[in-house]
Amino acid sequence: MSRIRVVVTGLGTTNPVGGDVPSTWEALLEGRSGVRTIDAAWAEDLPVKIAGQAAVEPTEVLERVKARRLDRSAQLAMVAAMEAWRDAGFSGAAGSEAEPGLEPERVGVALASGIGGVITLLDNYDALREKGPRRVSPLAVPMLMPNAPAANVSLYVGARAAVITPVSACASGNEAIAHAIDQIRLGRADVVVAGGTEAAIHPLNISAFANMMALSKTASGPEGGDPTTVSRPWDTARDGFVLGEGSGVLVLERLEHAQARGATIYAEVLGAGITADSHDIAQPDPLGRGGSRAILGALRESEISASDIVHVNAHATSTPQGDIAEGLMLHATLGAQVSNVVVTSTKSMTGHLLGGAGALEAVATVLAIRDRVSPPTINLDNLDPQVELDIPDKARELPAGDVVALNNSFGFGGANVAVAFGSF
Amino acid sequence: MATTEEIRTQLADIVNEVAGVDTSDVQLDKSFVDDLDVDSLSMVEVVVAAEEAFGVTIPDSEVKNLKTVGDAVSFIENAQAA
Repeated sequence: MSRIRVVVTGLGTTNPVGGDVPSTWEALLEGRSGVRTIDAAWAEDLPVKIAGQAAVEPTEVLERVKARRLDRSAQLAMVAAMEAWRDAGFSGAAGSEAEPGLEPERVGVALASGIGGVITLLDNYDALREKGPRRVSPLAVPMLMPNAPAANVSLYVGARAAVITPVSACASGNEAIAHAIDQIRLGRADVVVAGGTEAAIHPLNISAFANMMALSKTASGPEGGDPTTVSRPWDTARDGFVLGEGSGVLVLERLEHAQARGATIYAEVLGAGITADSHDIAQPDPLGRGGSRAILGALRESEISASDIVHVNAHATSTPQGDIAEGLMLHATLGAQVSNVVVTSTKSMTGHLLGGAGALEAVATVLAIRDRVSPPTINLDNLDPQVELDIPDKARELPAGDVVALNNSFGFGGANVAVAFGSF
Repeated sequence: MATTEEIRTQLADIVNEVAGVDTSDVQLDKSFVDDLDVDSLSMVEVVVAAEEAFGVTIPDSEVKNLKTVGDAVSFIENAQAA
């Protein structure tokens, strides 16, 4: 049986470096950071006062009444999904007057969130405590439920195939893409809107991540500092990640379906690997064995070999342990080819979008294949001697010919997801 | 005591804020559901905001009787007079 081929026909994002795909790609190639000092009174007493906040407020893009019924995570997902849907060449919901030929029953959504509508949850808890139960919003539940972003996107695109919300912490966005491939290969859908979103920049989350020593406290103390230099994957001075927010969305489509409607194809999504560490609830396996198995799984499912890989958009969050483990994984799985692979961590610019990370990085991986260029990794002044990878500090051209790239994501709970994309 | 028109104007602002309905459309003879497209969850939001704005209590059991803007304005007038 020949394998069903899946292609990328639409991209959308809103994130700390840009409010859409063109501005984001330009910023990433130029090495511009979206990390800033949080300009809000609530951040004053926090151990971490920096974050990658969305470059464009989603409430300035969405209709006001629509926006007020959505948690911020769903607002960001809607902005990204609307861009991706239009970019794929669709002008309305499946089965509507604008898109009568697109069957709603053949359109799905796989849109992840790591934490769900946590800001809505906490705001409503504040209202309950301060003003009483009558002031809890009747919209609180449909706003805070983790599948709200996926469900709202399904209403927008008219999806009546599976609408799913994978949850695997910081691997969620990439896992959604993996499940979207499956939906198409299993014959359950022809078009799946896939990606992830997160809006977790709130004092509770920042305190929690800071207390578990996951966030960098650099540039947050009385001595100050430059927030744009704090996310520094693989650098010897890295000391934790920077929290970001935003969303990335890809329209994945069965190849023949895309060709039949004359869609522009960015790249092919070849396959995915999903594994678990069963090692620790928060720490990565120090040898990266689970991640290695995910990468090998992606190669196997994609029917490619390590020597095909020329680019990796790494998970590398700027934590002491995780960045080293990922280097070990790439050596273990790619062998001698690793010296020919251009590796980047776009988190050096965007911060870590948690459930949105894998999806934003998938958008960057697809564009890297299309334009044959890897974004730089900024702030890498002194490469950790335990990491032997080719990590350019300026945008670097990728080789000519058909190329294949990997997008890695790893999450608390020991989740590992690798997705392979190739030239089409 | 607020006049009927003052209550209607203030209520129109609330309905606009919650449901995006043009304030000029919020007239006494208009049905929240049929004319203004205010769904049941938005109606709860309107009621809670109206309680705060007008200093009245609108019991849940009463909400189903507030079919038109006029019903709501009359209820608020009576509650304020009580």
